Order: sequence, then C-alpha cells, then structure tokens
Amino acid sequence: MTTATLDAPVVTSERPAVRWLLTGVALAFLGLFLVVPLAAVFASALRKGIDVYVASIAEPDALAAVRLTLLIAAVAVPLNMAFGIAAAWAVARFEFRGKRVLVALIDLPFSVSPVVAGLIYMLIFGAQGWLGPWLNAHGVKVVFAVPGMVLATVFVTFPFVARELIPLLQAQGSEEEEAARILGASGWQTFWRVTLPNIKWGLLYGVILCNARAMGEFGAVSVVSGHIRGQTNTLPLHVEILYNEYNFAAAFAVASLLALLALVTLALKTAVEWRVARQHAGSVAESAGPRVKP
Amino acid sequence: MTGTRARTRRVLPGFGLSLGYTLLYLGLIVLLPLSAAFIKASGLGWTAFWHAVTEPRVLATYRLTFGAALLAAATNALFGLLVAWVLVRYRFPARRLVDALVDLPFALPTAVAGIALTAVYSRNGWIGRLLEPLGIQVAFTPLGVIVALTFIGLPFVVRTVQPVLQDLDSELEEAAASLGASRWQTFRRVILPHLAPALITGFALAFARAVGEYGSVIFIAGNVPMVSEITPLLIITKLEQYDYAGAAAIAVVMLVASFVLLMLINGLQHRARRGEALGA
Repeated sequence: MTTATLDAPVVTSERPAVRWLLTGVALAFLGLFLVVPLAAVFASALRKGIDVYVASIAEPDALAAVRLTLLIAAVAVPLNMAFGIAAAWAVARFEFRGKRVLVALIDLPFSVSPVVAGLIYMLIFGAQGWLGPWLNAHGVKVVFAVPGMVLATVFVTFPFVARELIPLLQAQGSEEEEAARILGASGWQTFWRVTLPNIKWGLLYGVILCNARAMGEFGAVSVVSGHIRGQTNTLPLHVEILYNEYNFAAAFAVASLLALLALVTLALKTAVEWRVARQHAGSVAESAGPRVKP
Repeated sequence: MTGTRARTRRVLPGFGLSLGYTLLYLGLIVLLPLSAAFIKASGLGWTAFWHAVTEPRVLATYRLTFGAALLAAATNALFGLLVAWVLVRYRFPARRLVDALVDLPFALPTAVAGIALTAVYSRNGWIGRLLEPLGIQVAFTPLGVIVALTFIGLPFVVRTVQPVLQDLDSELEEAAASLGASRWQTFRRVILPHLAPALITGFALAFARAVGEYGSVIFIAGNVPMVSEITPLLIITKLEQYDYAGAAAIAVVMLVASFVLLMLINGLQHRARRGEALGA
C-alpha cells in the first residue's frame, strides 16, 4: 500500500510544489481550528501559575463535579453497553420485519439537539410534566437531580456501542456460534466464549467513545441539572459557572481536565484502531498465504 | 436463503430476549420521551403553535442556526476534502498524529471547545488580536457561530471521504492520464464524481450536527436576540420562563428538521453503498 503511493508514477500524483501547497493549507486549517484552541485551554489554565491551577481543581465544588461526572458515566455507559450488545445480537443474528427502521431509530439520538434531549425529560418529569405532580407527591426528584442527568446522558450516548457492534457482528457471520451450539454449548456459554472474544475490540471502541461523550455532555445535562453548585454540577457545567463568574483561570483549569480526557480518549481510540488494523492485516495475509504460494 | 434463516433461528438462541430488550429500552429512553415533545406542542392547538414557531425572534434564530450551519458545513466540505486528500495521498512527518487529531472535536467536550474558541478569537486572543486591525470581529458575532460550528463538524467530511479515497482504484486515474487528461481534469472528471456521494454525506452529517449544537456556540455567540441567538438557546430561554409548550413547539420544528435530514442521510448512505457494490 505505502510503497505503491510512494513510487506512484507522475501521472497519478501532483507536482511537488502543488503537493507542498495542498499539505500546507490542510495543516494550516487543522492548526487554526484544532491545535490553537487546544493549546489555548492549557495556556489559559496555567496563566496565573501552577498554584492557582491546583487550587482550582482541588476546590470542593470542583471535586464534587469530578465525582458526579464519574458517577453519571459509571451508570450511563454500562446501560448503553448492555443495550448495544442486545441490539447488535438481535439485528445481526436474526431476520425480522422492520429491521431497517429499527437500525435508523437506534441512530436517532445523534440527530436530536442535546437541548431537545434535555427538554423532553423536563416535559415528562418536570414540575409541569406528565409525572411531575405524582413524583412530587411521593418525594422523588428526577429533574434538577442526578437521575434526570443520568437519563439525559443515556439519551445522548444511546447509539455509540450499538452502531459499532452491529456492522461488526454482521461482518463476522454466525458460523462459529452455530458450531459452538452444535457442539453442545449453552446460549450464554456461546456468548461468553465465542461472541464476546470476537467483538471485544469493537465493544471497547464503542465504550471509549460513549464514555467521552458521557463525561463531556453539556447541553442535555445543563437543561435538567438546575445548576446546584456542589450537587448537580458536572465538570462541563462547572466550567460554565466559573466562566460566567469571570473566573477564567479556574474555568480553564477545570476545562484542561476535560481536554486531557479528550486526548486520552483519542490515544486509546487510535491504539484500538491500529491494533484492529494489524489484526486484520495479519488474518488477511494468513488466509491469502497458501493461495499466493507458487 | 430462507433455509439459512430458519436454521439460524433454530440454532442461535436469544432472539426474543435481545429484540424485546432492544425495543423496550429504545421505547422508554428515546421514543416515549420524544413523543412528549409532540404531545405537549399539540396541546397548543394549530394557531398558537404556528404563532409560537413563527414569531420574529424565533424566525431570526432559524436564519442564524440554519444559515451558519450551512456555511460551516460548506467550509468543512471544502477543507475536509483537502485534509482527507492530503492524509491519504501524501506522506509528511507526524501524518498519523495529525490523522488521530482530526477526531478531536468528537472527543473534546463542547463547553471546553466553546470557551477555548472564545479565548482565541476574542479581541485580545491569539487570533482575534490579528484580525482586529483588519476590522474583523469573530467572537460575540454571527461569524463566531460559524467558527464554532466549523470546529464541531470538522471530522465528519474527513472521515466519510477518507475511506472512499483510500479504496479508489489508481487505474482509473492512469487511464485518464494516458488519454491525455491533465491532473486537474482527472480530478474534476474522474476522482470528484467518485467522491461525491461520500462528500455529500459528510456535508449532511456536519450540517445536521451543527443545527442542534449548543455548548460550543453559546460562549462565542454573544446571544443577542435577533442577531446572534441560536434556536437551541431560545428553547432554554422559554424553559426558564416556564413556557414549556412554547419550548416544545420550537423543539418539534427542530425535530422535524432533523428527521428529514436523517432520512436524507440514510438514503445517501444507502445509495453510496449500492454504488460501491455496483462499481466493484
């Protein structure tokens, strides 16, 4: 692949000057839109020195926000993981009517504005909502409390795992699972011993993306949170509060934690991609091996 | 075909459980709550609904939201194509790092993107400072909205065009060149038509994402009614005034817009896949 591109004849590539120009413009665009803002987060966070930075993160409200962010992700991600596996199993292993509609509906939350995602839970659980009066009478708080924030997060991260696993399971086919069943494995044994090992990298990939969005979600969570400092504040909401108080150094210090999370997410995601690509290349070479031999 | 199906159904277990759970979860988390918006809005009656969604202040937010999303998606189509081209066709130092960095807008929380872009483009920011003498103001203007939406939509076009470009058969280009086409003619007449479905899909995905975006925009927009107020912000404003029905009405307009976009994107992807299958 690589050598083919390198040694490509002149007719299928551009003159060096054009190549340098195009590369330069592309990199300038990415630098302007990606690198500069990312650098600005860390530069602004450290502008008032490392002491202010550490103090802004170690402050009780910030720590409460860290805890709540972790809690919400710890509930929302496993829920969507279980759903993603169930949905992928149903869609990729069985034929039924309305399958295309179901797959389209699973993707639906990605095209709904986060603000609308928050709003719909307000319409159900809010004081004026369908269940609001009943919940109020029974002393249960959903919106302006953690359960509502979890629900809004589950909504916006809904498709991540399912949309990774559905094409993966479809591509793998069911021969191995059928073989396991015929050899006497139970349904759960087949799942744990055959299916899960086959999809683990795809599952991990979906979970990484789901987690990043769950921890970073702003719009949907903002609508249902009520912004009670130290109680219903996630990290992104805490960033907003500090920023609106003109406490820029602290806002960027907390934001830098989220930026680090984004960088770790990118690194993990890329590592999984490379691993899968290597595995794929390996298995292709193996299967092609005997046939290529003279 | 039917034989395989029947056998699969008999051998592999869990159809009822997995589909049942999928439908229940989808219904409870997504479909039932979404229907709440339609039911709440329908409580207004047609006249009040129409009034709520066509007020001058609401119309101004549609113009900004859809207009800025369109311009941002167009910017991303142009530069996304260029970035995909450079990443696939050329070799340069740190290419894999740059490739990984393209997904930053997917991974970076929108609120962080919002305050970072505002810091960079405000009057004394790194880039805002350079634009100020030219009389260009980005932060707290509609231009700022376009910048934020461009950031948010950046990976979509790159990631849809990249695989198609990677799989493009170089024989087509060689044939065009051997028939006397210039490099630019080959690009225009041979390569671009092949990339068009992916490019349009990426454009539509970036546009759909930009229309609903909230977090990155509100910091840089300035949020002046009639000038730099986006539709999702107006929904929040209505909620804060306890006008739930009004908020639901505007949400219905946004939902219908995103349903239409979703169907369009599904159709495009379906066509692109069929085209690929036919081409192979």
